[in-house]
Amino acid sequence: MNPNYLDFEQPIADLEVKINELRLVGTDNKLNITDEIQKLQEKNRKLTEKIYSSLSPWQISQVARHPLRPYTLDYISHIFTDFDELHGDRLFADDLALIGGVARLDGRPVMVIGHQKGRGTKEKVRHNFGMPRPEGYRKARRLIAMAERFKLPVLSFIDTPGAYPGIDSEERGINEAIAENMAMMSTVRTPLIATVTGEANSGGAIAIGIADHLNMLAYSTYTVITPEGCATILWKSAEYASAAAEAMGVTSSRLEELGIVDSTIEEPLGGAHRDVAAMSASIKAALIEQVDRLNGMDMDQLLERRYKRLMGYGISH
Amino acid sequence: MSWINKILPSIRSGNGTGEGTAAKQRNSVPEGLWRKCPRCEAVLYRPDLERNLEVCPKCDHHMRITARRRLELFLDPEGQVELFADMEPVDLLKFKDLKKYKDRLSAAQKNTGEKDALIVVEGKVKDVDVVVAAFEFAFIGGSMGAVVGEKFTQAVNTCIAKRLPLVCFSTSGGARMQEALISLMQMAKTSAALARLREHGLPFISVLVDPVYGGVSASLAMLGDINVAEPNALVGFTGPDVIRQTVRVKLPEGFQRSEFLLEHGAIDMIVHRKDLRDKLSSLLAKLLHI
Repeated sequence: MNPNYLDFEQPIADLEVKINELRLVGTDNKLNITDEIQKLQEKNRKLTEKIYSSLSPWQISQVARHPLRPYTLDYISHIFTDFDELHGDRLFADDLALIGGVARLDGRPVMVIGHQKGRGTKEKVRHNFGMPRPEGYRKARRLIAMAERFKLPVLSFIDTPGAYPGIDSEERGINEAIAENMAMMSTVRTPLIATVTGEANSGGAIAIGIADHLNMLAYSTYTVITPEGCATILWKSAEYASAAAEAMGVTSSRLEELGIVDSTIEEPLGGAHRDVAAMSASIKAALIEQVDRLNGMDMDQLLERRYKRLMGYGISH
Repeated sequence: MSWINKILPSIRSGNGTGEGTAAKQRNSVPEGLWRKCPRCEAVLYRPDLERNLEVCPKCDHHMRITARRRLELFLDPEGQVELFADMEPVDLLKFKDLKKYKDRLSAAQKNTGEKDALIVVEGKVKDVDVVVAAFEFAFIGGSMGAVVGEKFTQAVNTCIAKRLPLVCFSTSGGARMQEALISLMQMAKTSAALARLREHGLPFISVLVDPVYGGVSASLAMLGDINVAEPNALVGFTGPDVIRQTVRVKLPEGFQRSEFLLEHGAIDMIVHRKDLRDKLSSLLAKLLHI
């Protein structure tokens, strides 16, 4: 088992091993090896295409949490220039599970906020696995309010297992922090664009997810509870996560049908982590178009439109 | 009441033959006439309990009550009009777990006599005009799906149109999983509606009733201009079992109870059920300059 490949990707991993072996052999014997490698690479591409063309919602949930999946800071370094991270909620602490700051998007000044999961044990702990405490949400609120004052569009990147389920979170009012963020974002006078990049679970996701335009990457998920959590409660066992993912309709294609998601951003073959630069370029192009379009709208109109979107959720008109 | 006190010790003692006798006595209790307090286990005479607003006269435990009973206890008897009573849930996702969502809905409707988990009534509390919403916990755990979100939003809209204050009694396990992301979106929708209510300068008092968790707790229930809780109510975002599994430490005494919330600054006050009418009408009157 190669830990950098998901179980349903193992045939791809096996082929990769073969290709690498051939390459090693190739250094001794130059005969026909290049041809053979090319053939195998072509086979590998086709295999990846085949596997990725028919992913189930549960498999997509796994890709969304792939250990190599790019995180917000990866995207920030590829998409923006001049990023200055801003810290702290001015009340209690700085929460690195939810980061933010000012940056430029192809020259345009913007406010960027997003969950950060962290790679490697030390970094994961530092970023609390992308599970914010109340301070994270209050920092986001402070930055969004600042964005309104300085007319900066807010670009949020969503990728979280959920808000942190800990004693301190509850003591400092995680529920209030989430609720006030949503109330505030519904009336803030600046364009809001949200992009789901990995797993977007529950209140911890929607707390920075109110938007005038909502993007999802093709292999990201957005849901009210993790498939495992849903399965534990409704099926009485986490083993039914696959069925739960299916039933909840966690993928962008399903959510676009329901009118909740505005656009899906396609991912490179085999997922965002296979080509972070290409993925970032696609996100960047989409964001530039969306920022320019929303910046051009009359603010009262934009707010009315946002309110109508929010009010339309769940009611078939 | 006093004769109950006399038989109570023998029921609760559990010594010698007491255990079997107690079981027999419990079983022979006529359905509906007696009720055991879930906290102190006192066996209570139903009519007495009703007179005491479903609060245990022994230990003051506030029992869970239906939304209808809640509204009946809170509002002046005259001039009540139920709003949006026809709204019915739709199974948009054709959701099925061990049971079909459709079947869960029919069972809940049959059990509770309600169409969904929120009831909205316009009326008066001690002569103050008000719109009151109440969650029905017995309806799929008072969970919030599209109908609950829409009814709550319409209640806000009625308040704005008629310049009325809003009171909501929340008791809910959170978002309704069977409506998946649509239920999550109700958090955004109800919070946005309340932001509008604020812009119109109309008060919202949120009353937290045991228990309030998840998506309801992290949206409308925490957005009161004034947040009030009944005594000893459990209120939090994540349920205690999940927190215990995550952090693997013993939870502090009284964790997520009303008293804990008051101490940590999450609510303004704890109000006994018998005082809710007086307290809320007095608060509303001040905020409304009546």
